[in-house]
Amino acid sequence: MNFLSYNAQWVLLSTLLLGMAAGVVGVLSYWKRQSLMSDTLSHAALPGVVLGFIAVGTKQLPAMLIGAAISALIGAWLVLWIRSSSRVKEDAAMGIVLSVFFGLGIMLLTYANRMPGGGQSGLDNFIFGQAASMVRSDVMLLTILAISVIFLVYLFFKEWKLALFDPSYAQGLGLSVKSMNILYTSLLVLVIVIGIQAVGVILIAALMIIPAVSARYWTDSFGRMLVLSAIFGGGAGVCGTLLSTLGKGWPTGPFIVVAAAAMFVISLLLGTSKGLLVILYQRKRAQLKRQNTILAEQAVEGGRG
Amino acid sequence: MSYTAWILLAASLVGVSCGLVGVLLILRRMAMMADAISHTVLLGIVVAYLVTLQLSGIHMFIGAVVAGLLTAVLVQWFHQLGVQQEASIGIVFTTLFAIGVILIATKAGNAHLDVQHSLMGEITFIPWNKVLLPLVGEVPKAVVSLVIVLIVILTVLLLFYKEWKLTSFDAVFAASIGIPVTLMHYVFMSLVSITSVAAFDAVGAILVIAMLITPASAAYLWTDKLSIMLVLSSIFGIISAFSGYYMAVLLDTSISGAMALATGIIFLISFIGAPRHGVIAKHRRGHAKSTATIN
Amino acid sequence: MDAAIVVNHLSAAYRKNEVLSEISFKVMPGTLTCIVGPNGAGKSTLIKTMLELHPRTTGEVSFLGQSYRRAKTKIGYVPQRGSVDWDFPTNALDVVLMGLYGRIGWLKRPRKSHRDQAMEALRVMGMEQYADRQISQLSGGQQQRVFLARALVQDAEIYFLDEPLAGVDAATERIIMDTLQQLKMKGRTVMVVHHDLQTVEDYFDHVLLLNRTVIAHGATADTFTDHQLHRTYGGALRWMREKV
Repeated sequence: MNFLSYNAQWVLLSTLLLGMAAGVVGVLSYWKRQSLMSDTLSHAALPGVVLGFIAVGTKQLPAMLIGAAISALIGAWLVLWIRSSSRVKEDAAMGIVLSVFFGLGIMLLTYANRMPGGGQSGLDNFIFGQAASMVRSDVMLLTILAISVIFLVYLFFKEWKLALFDPSYAQGLGLSVKSMNILYTSLLVLVIVIGIQAVGVILIAALMIIPAVSARYWTDSFGRMLVLSAIFGGGAGVCGTLLSTLGKGWPTGPFIVVAAAAMFVISLLLGTSKGLLVILYQRKRAQLKRQNTILAEQAVEGGRG
Repeated sequence: MSYTAWILLAASLVGVSCGLVGVLLILRRMAMMADAISHTVLLGIVVAYLVTLQLSGIHMFIGAVVAGLLTAVLVQWFHQLGVQQEASIGIVFTTLFAIGVILIATKAGNAHLDVQHSLMGEITFIPWNKVLLPLVGEVPKAVVSLVIVLIVILTVLLLFYKEWKLTSFDAVFAASIGIPVTLMHYVFMSLVSITSVAAFDAVGAILVIAMLITPASAAYLWTDKLSIMLVLSSIFGIISAFSGYYMAVLLDTSISGAMALATGIIFLISFIGAPRHGVIAKHRRGHAKSTATIN
Repeated sequence: MDAAIVVNHLSAAYRKNEVLSEISFKVMPGTLTCIVGPNGAGKSTLIKTMLELHPRTTGEVSFLGQSYRRAKTKIGYVPQRGSVDWDFPTNALDVVLMGLYGRIGWLKRPRKSHRDQAMEALRVMGMEQYADRQISQLSGGQQQRVFLARALVQDAEIYFLDEPLAGVDAATERIIMDTLQQLKMKGRTVMVVHHDLQTVEDYFDHVLLLNRTVIAHGATADTFTDHQLHRTYGGALRWMREKV
């Protein structure tokens, strides 16, 4: 199997870690009830990626990632500002930022593609993701970033739990919810930055939404949900990457998303905590119990009569 | 009509259709549903293409409406199974969109469909693909379908104006006086789908979202009357189409990208400068209030 | 006299949990009944289930001897104030007009006579000078009065109100209660979800004590007793009564 070359192994490792990082941050988003914020910010990252390229002139990943982070953060701040200081609601604010930033990104992309060397830069890969286009140094950088994301979630485990479950109580205990929010947004942006090359700006959100929701079907515990979501995310990353290597020029992102969606469907059906089969079984049992009590009551009443 | 005029006409038609539908979208707090549907119509178009092997108007419309309704039904279904609304939208649209992209990459690739085109649109090709109509003469196909969609939207919107208003404002009360709220929801989702697909072909998925959500949000900041909001939103759509086009020509860049940016600029102006609901007006009022309390 | 509302063995669930179980009661016309019970007792759910806005698992409900679907036009409903977006681009008069949409019918627009009717309802609620106000510029009490005016123009036989007195000023509370008393005098049937135990005896002639099932139901004098309240609220009652 020649696709498991030395480079391919590294690429696999980085999509595994990317999936895990997205999985754990996704759990935070799930409990913040902000699942679509990741979608908004990833679209908002596009102009930054291209500006990073334009500024440096060649395809240098670090510059593009810094650009992505800055423009995603501006997007996050704009959503917050629009929502808090006008009657426009959060969903519309997200839609505005998402589409306007993406439009700006496309404008810049058209411009960059005309620059010398721009056409071959593979900038278009940032839209749907092309894991195979990563070189060794990119992989190293992304791996380190992904590990630090996972580590930061682990390090503040009990703070997250408190801040997500009961923010006002957390505030009362002296935990700064504001700094937790800043940390959360930074982690969100970091995952987007790590993910855009492999999964692309359009679909990276899926990797932050689907594993977390799938994990919810297996457990009620926050800790176990984090672990499971990391496993699902990492699994989807690896499966999707392998699948996309089967054809020439196939984009990685969509395959990762479909792999994650398959895990969601399995969780939805078989999940031990809220899965459909479990609920069906419980409902049947409750119904039987109710019928039995009615029968018993009737028997008692009949006895009286 | 000249080449430029056709492009401007097509983009303005997109602006008006999206502007009208967009008002109801943001009032129903379904902006992200539009994001979802504008992506998933891609799957409908691809499947319609794979089944019929042609990219004709009516097949694409049917495929798109089915895909749009499927999105709405699945989102609702997962939500009923306990998935948060937002997460449910996220799961459904990314998955369906991903399937669409994979089908293009593996089956329909390079032929007549490509993903880049569907995201960014190819508005510059619109004037070349014409049909001959009786009385009017040669008209670009995209303009014909956009006109039909606009007529459908206007008819449905005006005929049931008061029902749209009520179900958007207070769905619970609407249901209690016997208005079929669920049916209207799915009719509305169908409207979003046909708007998306007609606009999609002309300007791509992303501009559809920009045109649906941004001009309507800007209009929301200028008025407290629904009818005026609908008119303003359409006007903002047309202004975005024109200014975006000339900006793109000036900078020699993507037309649909520039139109999306233009909607953003209009929103920014409204957000800052609108009377009463703009940031400056609010700031002034806050200031006036605090001086009043001091006095 | 025939009962205005008959509920038989009504049950409802929210997701997996049963929130209402085996609810049965009858309400006579020309009565003013309040539904009281602790938080989470299912008060709003009871109304929503009766009006088929929430699915029921078992049971039947009839209004004036008819099914809900047939009696729909004879029922007025005032949802909780928090259930709508007050930033919606519409004014007070427009909201009241919405109460007539059922009668105006499909494909028709409201006419001058409808407008006059809506204006009259606003006047009854003391709100005519606010007719053109955008609704977010009204106070909580004024918003509630607009909602009640919308119910009044429906000219229904049976009214359901969900917490109409929550967070309203004293003037609004008086206007709303006067209006409900007048409806009762005209032989209409009114059911109100209510949270303030102190005013129950002054405002309502019937009480339905609810905690997932009917604890007690009947004339206020016989039903609103310490014993029944204790059964409804359990340990929480002492604290609630001490506030009195």
